[in-house]
Amino acid sequence: MSARLPPSFDHVMRFESVGLRYGQRPEVLEDIRLDLKPGSFHFLTGASGAGKSSLLRLMYLGQRPTRGLITMFGQDMATLPRSKLPALRRRIGVVFQDFHLLDHMSAVDNVALPLRVAGVSESEIKKHVPELLSWVGLADHLNAKPPVLSGGQKQRVAIARAVIARPDLLLADEPTGNVDDTLATRLLYLFEELNKLGTTVVIATHNEGLIKSFAHSRLHLERGRLVDPPPFKGG
Amino acid sequence: MSFVRRRTDLPTMSDATSRFVPLLIALMVFLAVMALSGLMVLHGLAGRWERDIRGTLTVQVPAVISGPEAEARSHAKVEAALNILSDTRGVLHAEPLGRDRIISLLEPWLGSADLIAELPLPRLIDVTTDPHIAIDIKALAARLEAVQPGATVEDHRIWLGRLLRLTRSVEMLAVLVLGLVGVITSATVIFATRTGMAIHHQVIEVLHLIGAQDDYIARQFARRTFLMGLKGGVIGLGLGIGAIFSFGFMARSLEGGVLPEFWLTPAHWLAVVSLPLAAAWIATLTARIAVLRALARMT
Repeated sequence: MSARLPPSFDHVMRFESVGLRYGQRPEVLEDIRLDLKPGSFHFLTGASGAGKSSLLRLMYLGQRPTRGLITMFGQDMATLPRSKLPALRRRIGVVFQDFHLLDHMSAVDNVALPLRVAGVSESEIKKHVPELLSWVGLADHLNAKPPVLSGGQKQRVAIARAVIARPDLLLADEPTGNVDDTLATRLLYLFEELNKLGTTVVIATHNEGLIKSFAHSRLHLERGRLVDPPPFKGG
Repeated sequence: MSFVRRRTDLPTMSDATSRFVPLLIALMVFLAVMALSGLMVLHGLAGRWERDIRGTLTVQVPAVISGPEAEARSHAKVEAALNILSDTRGVLHAEPLGRDRIISLLEPWLGSADLIAELPLPRLIDVTTDPHIAIDIKALAARLEAVQPGATVEDHRIWLGRLLRLTRSVEMLAVLVLGLVGVITSATVIFATRTGMAIHHQVIEVLHLIGAQDDYIARQFARRTFLMGLKGGVIGLGLGIGAIFSFGFMARSLEGGVLPEFWLTPAHWLAVVSLPLAAAWIATLTARIAVLRALARMT
């Protein structure tokens, strides 16, 4: 809701030789090297188990890498004090695959959460949150709690929560998995609008149709490695 | 009161710990009320005993119980003892107790005054001494014994000293109970907070991922713990006050002043009624520290 400052860095996120393993098991991500420029838009593709969710976890700071260097918004994550992490996380909006909505809260309160955490006034919250929920087609469900919402409705609440604070980086894990094609296209347009305003967007998806419709770069994962994306199946 | 009314992101008031923590804190505050009021009453009593008895002696002169002019002979013995006392440095005042006074003192313990009057009661002299001058009690007793065989000097400081030592021991015990109550309250809150964090792990994770500071989350647990602590504390205080009044009533109903008067001053009451608040703040502080420590271990 506050005016965004112009970025003073040439990349939103940079991964250098990043690897991730869980416990003693083999690496789920190997030698990841990527550089996300401010205002870029990417689809993250790959078969199930290729490491898309793990890569997103690293991107939204839900996990530390087991090796390599991650730089976000110009800051080296290895040396960043823990107390600085929340401020960095507030610049990232995340749409989780399983939504991560808080069941005891209404749709409005779920969406308002990032604003409240950031200390935004209640008057601002009351003005913007219902507006965004109406935009995603949930004007009649403002006070509904997640357990009574359908999968698609939950997904739209999750998306609204991820974008409400106008993040610098938007990460979405299968954000159109539970909605029909019309709404999926509409949501993608929302992401594009945010992108035009300067938000860097990374969307993990299997939806080849959407990827084709929106001509953006692809980050393709195969067995934990970033590789050149294969051609679309339909040619 | 905004601290109490503020909205919360964690549904902590509906989980299992929100039921047993107030109950346990109520019990702890009840014990603290009993220990603290006992401590304060004992402290006051010990002070009063010390003030009342410091600077006094009692001289006991055996009475002449048979033979002609027994009463006159007894009186002469008392007069002789008084002469010795008046010649003793440090004695400010010496006054024999009348027989009626002695009987009235014994009546609560031995029953009917008529029956006591039949007993061979010794004569007592109440002696007031200068607390700044040390009197050689043994020498005084020897002088009295030489003039009046059987005369004894009761130095109240000896039994008072024993009584005070016992009182101080009980006071220490009460302080120990208060300390234990604090430790158990803190341990309970730590356990409940950790349980609460485990129950609401997912909510905490979401709050973290959207950029909530540790302090933001810790404040919510602290607020919830304060409310639980205050609720339990007020219940415990109510039970404690009920127990104090019951005990006071029972003590007063006993005949003969066997139990000392059980009362609290306004300052004592202030200390007692502040216990729920103290318990709530101890619980709040403990919860806050426990949450911050646990969150510091998270990514």
